[in-house]
Amino acid sequence: MNIFDIIGPVMVGPSSSHTAGACRIGRVARSILNDQPVRAHISLCGSFAETGRGHGTDRALVAGLLGMDSDDARLPDALELAAAAGLEVTFDTRDLPGTHPNTAVVELEGKGGARCAVRASSVGGGNIRVDEVNGVKVSFTGAYNTLIILHTDEAGAIANVSGYIAGQGVNIATFACDRETKGGSSIMTVEIDGVLTEEQLDHLRALPAIHTVVQVKRI
Amino acid sequence: MALAYTSFDELARLAQEAGTTISALVLADQARELETSQEALLARMEADLDVMAAAAEKGLDPGLRSASGLTGGAAARVAGAREQVCPGRFARHLAVALAVSECNAAMGKIVAAPTAGSCGILPGAVLPLLEDGTVTKDQAARALFTGGALGMVIANKASIAGAQGGCQAECGSASAMAAAVLTELWGGTPAQCAHAAAIALKCLLGLVCDPVAGLVEVPCVKRNASGVANALCAAQLALAGVESAIPCDQVIAAMDAVGQAMPCTLKETAKGGLAATKRGAELKKQLQGEQK
Repeated sequence: MNIFDIIGPVMVGPSSSHTAGACRIGRVARSILNDQPVRAHISLCGSFAETGRGHGTDRALVAGLLGMDSDDARLPDALELAAAAGLEVTFDTRDLPGTHPNTAVVELEGKGGARCAVRASSVGGGNIRVDEVNGVKVSFTGAYNTLIILHTDEAGAIANVSGYIAGQGVNIATFACDRETKGGSSIMTVEIDGVLTEEQLDHLRALPAIHTVVQVKRI
Repeated sequence: MALAYTSFDELARLAQEAGTTISALVLADQARELETSQEALLARMEADLDVMAAAAEKGLDPGLRSASGLTGGAAARVAGAREQVCPGRFARHLAVALAVSECNAAMGKIVAAPTAGSCGILPGAVLPLLEDGTVTKDQAARALFTGGALGMVIANKASIAGAQGGCQAECGSASAMAAAVLTELWGGTPAQCAHAAAIALKCLLGLVCDPVAGLVEVPCVKRNASGVANALCAAQLALAGVESAIPCDQVIAAMDAVGQAMPCTLKETAKGGLAATKRGAELKKQLQGEQK
């Protein structure tokens, strides 16, 4: 913690969790899509559903989808700006028992045909946690550059990935792995201190058992 | 050695012994910690002061309203009032605190200090002194390091989140920070800064977080005005040599204990206090109707 965590952040009001955090969820979803979003369906859950409108949660999420930061003065006009930018947005509210009270599910479709579904929660003070990507459980904050690696659950897949990253001189800050079934599809979530180049990401993609590699840039 | 930010009394003692201000100690420490120059940190704090001033200006617009319509326009009323129970600059402190908080409620840009819900209190304390030339921007920016250091101690030893400690943790902390800042700006000693912070926090001990319809509006906006008034009161007392019988660190510990003892209904869940009043429930129902 430093002095500007207390006198700061600079943000568009009214709520660090319901506005600034919601904007970061939008940003991280856009980053996971790794494409220009043209269609978005957003489900608001828990307190987001109950008090979202008064807190501008809907607008903040869309602002994030447009790539805005939580201190962007255009944030309140995000719905209009999205329409102008060719991003079609629909909303609903959903009951997701057992999830954090401030949760949103964002389903995106990109201009180049990419698709993704992201469930994330706003955990306080503008900080967020991504809980699920494309139906698979993950846990990362977006505070670091994060690799999301879909792969087949087989021996050596993790060692190959971590070995390659280490060989590039990049430190792994946190690592998590979860699989659907033994030998089935699996997902690694790797938070790194540095950043990987597109070339290095291609190298990871070419490793055995690896299907897709997305680098979510620090937000 | 790096400062730990676990005791405000200790910070005050270190500054007193070194014959300097708390802010000077903290500024030097933060420059080391963040591996940058003191000038760069002061420039960033001055930029935060600019954001605060812009927020106050926006909030003073008499036509400003939040999306819910619950708040807006109060700052302009106070700024334009002819009858003055609080003469001179005092009313200005209140108006600026209201303005920044109303700007926040209307989705304007603010500096969380320490939170968005309590963002009007520090600007309410500092900006009026800048406006009439009582202090320079450089002095104001420096003094905010004293307030920020107190905020770090509170965050480390208790909490600055309403969901964890109630409003005392948000507006109480902001008011204590403002009291310390004001005391330093008015030439008080480091020990007097600690007394001012202790007095301010003591006087808001037990304040619950009970936002109507869960929104950062009612009663948050008005608690920003009362928070700055409380800070002015505490600073005035401390500068006159009045001491807090309970040291600042122990008041912070008491605030933490009170926050833990507070039922969940009174910690930002909008299930108790003003949120649970007949009128509070009506407003919630009305706003939810509009949302659907």
